[in-house]
Amino acid sequence: MTIGSGETPQLELRGITKQYPGCLANDHIDLKIMPGEIHALLGENGAGKSTLVKTIYGVLEADEGEIFWAGELVKIPNPHAARKIGIGMVFQHFSLFEAMTVTENIALGMSGRQDMKALEKQIIEVSSNYGLPLEPRRQVHTLSVGEKQRIEIVRCLLQDPKLLIMDEPTSVLTPQEAAKMFETLRRLSSEGVSILYISHKLDEIKALCHKATILRGGKYISECDPTLETAKSLAEMMIGTDLHAPEHNIEENTGPIRLKVRNLSVDADIEFGINLSTINFEVHSGEILGIAGVAGNGQVELLSALNGETKCEDGEAIELDGKAIGRLGPNQRRNLGLAFVPEDRLGHGSVPEMMLTENAFLSGYSRMQLMNSGFINTGATAAYAKEIVDKFDVRTPGIHHTANSLSGGNLQKFIVGREVLQKPNVIIVAHPTWGVDAGAAASIHQTLIDLAEAGGAVLVVSQDLDELFAISGRIAVIADGRLSVSRNLKEITIEEIGLLMGGTHSMGETGGRSHVA
Amino acid sequence: MSGFDWITPVILTVITAATPLVFAGIGELITEKSGVLNLGVEGMMLVGAVSGFITATVTGNYFLAVAAAALAGAIMAFLFGILTLSLMANQVATGLALTLFGVGLSALMGQNFVGQPVAALAKLDIPGLSDLPFIGPILFGQDGLVYLSFVMAIVVSWFLYKTKAGLILRAVGDSHDAAHSIGYSVIGIRYLAVMFGGAMSGIGGAYLSLAYTPMWAENMTAGRGWIALALIVFATWKPGLVVVGAYMFGGITILQLHAQAAGLNVPSQVLSMLPYLATVFVLVLISKDQSRIRKHAPACIGKIFHPAA
Repeated sequence: MTIGSGETPQLELRGITKQYPGCLANDHIDLKIMPGEIHALLGENGAGKSTLVKTIYGVLEADEGEIFWAGELVKIPNPHAARKIGIGMVFQHFSLFEAMTVTENIALGMSGRQDMKALEKQIIEVSSNYGLPLEPRRQVHTLSVGEKQRIEIVRCLLQDPKLLIMDEPTSVLTPQEAAKMFETLRRLSSEGVSILYISHKLDEIKALCHKATILRGGKYISECDPTLETAKSLAEMMIGTDLHAPEHNIEENTGPIRLKVRNLSVDADIEFGINLSTINFEVHSGEILGIAGVAGNGQVELLSALNGETKCEDGEAIELDGKAIGRLGPNQRRNLGLAFVPEDRLGHGSVPEMMLTENAFLSGYSRMQLMNSGFINTGATAAYAKEIVDKFDVRTPGIHHTANSLSGGNLQKFIVGREVLQKPNVIIVAHPTWGVDAGAAASIHQTLIDLAEAGGAVLVVSQDLDELFAISGRIAVIADGRLSVSRNLKEITIEEIGLLMGGTHSMGETGGRSHVA
Repeated sequence: MSGFDWITPVILTVITAATPLVFAGIGELITEKSGVLNLGVEGMMLVGAVSGFITATVTGNYFLAVAAAALAGAIMAFLFGILTLSLMANQVATGLALTLFGVGLSALMGQNFVGQPVAALAKLDIPGLSDLPFIGPILFGQDGLVYLSFVMAIVVSWFLYKTKAGLILRAVGDSHDAAHSIGYSVIGIRYLAVMFGGAMSGIGGAYLSLAYTPMWAENMTAGRGWIALALIVFATWKPGLVVVGAYMFGGITILQLHAQAAGLNVPSQVLSMLPYLATVFVLVLISKDQSRIRKHAPACIGKIFHPAA
């Protein structure tokens, strides 16, 4: 680490302000990053982190404020200019082109002309040098998420960056992959590269970062040394209030079995889909079962088989309270008491352009009796939507606003609340707090725990191990379309789960093959 | 040898039938590769055809005429660009409207030129080479636009797969959000691609009014713009296959004409349907293999780009 107090900062922001219609995204934000410093940028969703880093990378232009690069005032009108002075960025949602090769993707992220042959050599050189193995000629869509991220990192490294911006880089990685990436980052830091690190995983930030800047509601709140703070104190600075960890006193699973899955096998109907092979598990009344796994290992297929979007050939493969439902559609399953919260909030969990009342109706019309002989009972529907908003603290100007006007966290609270109010026997929730801020996440977790304590069965599919450890009683891991046997939380460590996520079925019922290269 | 005398003229007519499709198809291919679906090909071809014809009649300069056709097509495409790229109108609806607009506009422009004859585009004549039996007229006796159509197909192929600019164009069509975040001007690149498509459609139209049947008649494209659009799907967005498809369609068109002339005992209406039926048939066969389409189809086609914050 080479942070001297007398040095000029590599990057300094003074009074960066960005106004969107109806929203002040950045309000006079200051930030200083020294050479070789790993600097965390912390904040809830909507705190203005993304706006700020996009300003630094030249994707957005600030309305006000100055940027100093190594002590000199600079203008960064576009990403080409940012790359030219030595700023690289790894995006949260990768900026990759699926139908192209690794080399082509890297060439696109570099300014000027490239000789493809020479570039391939460089890629192999840099990637092996930093322990980020890549095959230059592979098509991107055939790669795992971890490999895709490597492309983005190598793309930045090839341009000798002085500042690397990373937007939530570990949200898609296994613990082992994340640990490997930290090594790379620490090495870059020791070579004098500054890193601006955005994440909501506070433990990571404590372990990796030298400094942290906290934003809230578009404003600069404070700068601190994360190693001296606790995860709780960081979170409280972020959300500005005291944070209550979800209370969790679920006993061993003694209740009757509510959801039972026996030898469920489904062939993926799309290209690059994952085939599910002989999946077995059950969820008891009063418990939360967590399914961990890196995205793209069959979660989408499993969820769609469970909620009825894909019907099973063997109707007996899925049983709800002893009733075979494998061949029923989503509505029939819902009527029997199976609720579902999908991964994609906008477009799958809700109709983006429709009002909250309409979205409430679409899911709850039958169980909440919102329909009168084919007509919508608008009074009852509005009351239902109002109840969701009030009970689950959904912050919205009103129930007649569209779903896409809500922030991610608020919409997720709305969707979870909508399903929970229907008093389901079993609820299946996919990635409940993905991209949701700490406050909303805590409230969603509490809702799920309350439902389980009231005798419901909850199945949570998530990539976020911290989340699964916080709320579930048992955990199983899905890798390459196979599900490991589930284990009680007390008997399993994060490392073991990490290995299972990588496809090593040491404790599963089926011999797995290695999935992550 | 004399028994096969009919082969050369048949091949010559196949070439003239296929060339307009090659132009329009190659142009629209670039448009679609950038992620824009412009269904106005038919309209742009018509406006190109009438503009080229008028310029040729008035000035007698065929070089100018082709340039005018290209310009007219590009202007039509620019109009489409303003509506769909800047004002973010629906591409399908706007494309259909562009075709209807082109049909009307070309009829209006060409009102006083209907039925007027014009000399056909001059054909290459290299003494010696062009007189060679069989291959002479085919290889060395075509008009300039036929050669240009092949040059364009090769240039476009080279551009798309061998140049950085082509890579960027494909990237914009594959994921406009990613391209935007890396710093490419999605809208700017799409404007250029759309206007190139328009210019090529215009030239394709001019080929009809200057070489195929050297005259102007309302609606003379007779659905070729739609065929060109279909050819791109049939060719799974590959320039080489667009040319093959154009020649297949052109070939069947001509063959059925000859079959009619030969008095084949099949209703002429059925024979006239053949090229279209064949195209539909091939399309169905091709679309059965979804994976192949997905591999080459621009993933963002027809989607409106909002430069999100």
